[in-house]
Amino acid sequence: MKEITYAQAICEALDEEMERDDNIVMLGEDIGFIGGNFKCTVGLLEKYGDLRVKDTPISEQGFVGMGVGMALTGLRPVIELMFSDFLLVAADQVINQMAKIRYMSGGQANVPMTIRCPIGAGRSSAAQHSQSMQAMVAQFPGTKIVVPSTAREAKGLLKTAIRDDDPVLFLEHKMEYNKKYQIDDDVEPIPFGKARIAREGKDITIAATSSMVMKSEEAAEKLAKEGIECEIIDLRTIVPLDTETIIESVKKTGKLIVADEAHERCGIGAEIAAAVADDIFYYLDAPCGRVANPNVPLPFSPALEFPLIPSADKVYDKVKTYFK
Amino acid sequence: MKVKDYSKEQLTDFYETMFKMRRFEEETFEFYKKGMMAGLAHLYMGEEAVATGVCAALKEDDYIGSTHRGHGHLVARGAEIDRMMAEILGKETGYSNGKGGSMHIMAMDKGILGANGIVGGEIPIATGAAYTIKYKGTDQVAVSFMGDSATNEGTFHESVNMAAAWDLPCIYVIENNLYGISVDIRDVTNTPDLAVRAKGYDIPGVVVDGMDVTAVYEAAKKAVKRAREGKGPTIIECKTYRWQGHHVGDPATYRKRRSETEKEDWMAKCPVTNFRKEIIEAGKVTEDEIKQLEEKVEAEIQAAVKFAADSPYPDASEAFTDVFQEGTL
Ligand SMILES: Cc1ncc(C[n+]2csc(CCOP(=O)(O)OP(=O)(O)O)c2C)c(N)n1
Ligand SMILES: [Mg+2]
Repeated sequence: MKEITYAQAICEALDEEMERDDNIVMLGEDIGFIGGNFKCTVGLLEKYGDLRVKDTPISEQGFVGMGVGMALTGLRPVIELMFSDFLLVAADQVINQMAKIRYMSGGQANVPMTIRCPIGAGRSSAAQHSQSMQAMVAQFPGTKIVVPSTAREAKGLLKTAIRDDDPVLFLEHKMEYNKKYQIDDDVEPIPFGKARIAREGKDITIAATSSMVMKSEEAAEKLAKEGIECEIIDLRTIVPLDTETIIESVKKTGKLIVADEAHERCGIGAEIAAAVADDIFYYLDAPCGRVANPNVPLPFSPALEFPLIPSADKVYDKVKTYFK
Repeated sequence: MKVKDYSKEQLTDFYETMFKMRRFEEETFEFYKKGMMAGLAHLYMGEEAVATGVCAALKEDDYIGSTHRGHGHLVARGAEIDRMMAEILGKETGYSNGKGGSMHIMAMDKGILGANGIVGGEIPIATGAAYTIKYKGTDQVAVSFMGDSATNEGTFHESVNMAAAWDLPCIYVIENNLYGISVDIRDVTNTPDLAVRAKGYDIPGVVVDGMDVTAVYEAAKKAVKRAREGKGPTIIECKTYRWQGHHVGDPATYRKRRSETEKEDWMAKCPVTNFRKEIIEAGKVTEDEIKQLEEKVEAEIQAAVKFAADSPYPDASEAFTDVFQEGTL
C-alpha cells in the first residue's frame, strides 16, 4: 500500500502503460514541459521524449482529429483536453469522426484512442470550465465513457481505457486531483461495464458516478447512524452501463437514487430511472430520485456555485425524503 | 513536363485511371437517374487529373484522407470498384456493408482513411496519419485531399500549422473547383489563389493546372519527395472544375453568374479527352491501343455495375454491428 493523489494515480497508469506499449503517444496542451495543467503527466516528457509526450498548440479540433488519424494508423493515442468543456470545441472530431468511424467503415477500421479530461464544479471556474459532459457524449453511440471514483479506480480504469480497441472518453473529476488515497502498489486494469458495490445496504440503492460515489459514502455514514442502510453502486462506466448490478440491488432495496454531477435534464439519472422502471417497475416501492446539478449554467461566485453542486448533504436530504 | 518525356506505360496508366473514374461517375449518375440509388452522391467528373496525378506519385503503403467528393480518390488508389459501387447502392457487398454510402467509403487495406461527410473533417485525420509515420520513422506519406471551401474551416489551419511546426510528411491537396455548393470561393476569400496561405506556415505552396495530369503529377512528386525526406508538408492547389452540380440532384444554375459559358469553357479543358488526344498526337500510343484499353476498363465497369445491382441489401440486423468491437453496448 502507498499514499498517492488521484492525479498521481493517473500519472502512474499512463507511465505503466507507456512503458508496456510503444504505440501509446500522448498529445495535449501543457502536458509536456509542466506535466499537465492538473499535473497528471509529470515526468513523462523527460522519460519518453517529446514525440511521445507532445505539447500541442491550442488547436483542439486539430489535435483530437490527429488522434483519430493516429489511431487509424496503428498508434494508441491518449489525448488530454485541459477541460471537458473543450470537448465542444473538438465536438466534430469526437462525435462525428472518432465515435463513428468503426461503424461507417463497416468494421474495417477501429479507433483505439482515449480522451482524458476533467469534469466537475467547485473551483469557481464558472460556466465554461465546470461542466460534466458524460450524458451529452453518451447520447451518441460509439464512445465508451468512464467516470472513475477513487484514485485506485482511476488507475485501473485508465489502463483498460488505453488497451481498449474503441474510443474511450475518460472523465476525471477536477476536485479529486489533489486528494490523497491509500492504494495498492500494483493496480490491475479494471474491466468496463462491471459496477462496483462500494457499500452494501438493504434500504435504498444509490447509483453514483465519479466523485458522487465518495459524497454518497459520506452521506451513507450519517444515514447509517439513523438506521438507514444505503447500498452504493459505483457505476465506473456509463457506456457500457452495468444495469444488471443496479437492477439486482433495486430488487433488494425497492428504492433508487441516481447521483451524477451533470445537469439533471436528460441526464444519466433519467436514463437509469427509465431503464429500471422498464425492467422491474413492480419491485419499486417509490419513484426513482435524482441528485444532479440544477438546469442552470455553473456560476462563478462561491455564494452561487456551492449551493448548486450536488453534495453529500444533498444525497443525505434526498435519501431522507424516502424515509419520512 | 510534356507528354513526350513520359514512358508509354506511365501515360497509359494515367489515362486508364482517369477514364475509369470518368466511367465510374457516369454510371453512378445513371444509378441516380434510374432511381437505383438512395440519397445523393458528389461526382468527381472534370477533376480526374487531380486524384490521378497525386496518387500516381504515391506508394502502396501511403495514406490518403478523402472528402465527400471521394470516388475519384478511391479509384486512383486502386480501391475495388465493384465494392465501391455496391456501397453507393447500399448493398451488403459494399466496403462498409451499406453502412457508409458514397460519402463514407473507406478502404483501409488501400490506406484510404475514409471519405468524409464533414467538410474539413478529414484534414486533421490525415495529419494524424502523418504523425504516426513520423513517430514510426517510416518513409510513408499522407495526403489530405480537400475542396477549396474546406480551406476556410479551422481544421485546415490547425492541421497545416502543426504539420509545418513538426515537419510532418503530409501533403495538402486543394481541389479548387471554384465552388462550395453554390458559394463562389472568390466571394468569400480574399486571395484568388489559396496556396498562398502556405506562406503563413513557411512551407511550399504551389498552384497547378488541375486539368493537366502531368502538371499535377510533377507537383505531387516534388511534395512527396520533400515529405519522405522529412522536410515537412506542402500545399498543392489544383485549379479544376466539376462538370456536374454539387451533387447528382443539383442543376448548378448558380454557375452562370460570372459568365454564361463558364461551364463550357472549363469543359473544353477536359482532362480526360484532351489527354487522350495529346498522347495519340504525340505518337505515344495508337488510337487502337487506347480503344483496347477503354474496352478493358468498360468491361470492368460493367462487371462492377452488375455486381452492385445484383448484390443483396444487408439484413436489417446489420445496423446493429460495428458500433463497438463488441457490436452494440
Ligand atoms: C462542416 C460542414 N459544413 C457544411 C457542409 C455541407 N457541405 C457539403 S459539401 C459542401 C461544399 C464543400 O465545398 P468544397 O470544400 O469546395 O468541396 P467541393 O464540393 O467543391 O468538392 C458543403 C457546404 C458539410 N458537409 N460539412
Ligand atoms: Mg469546391
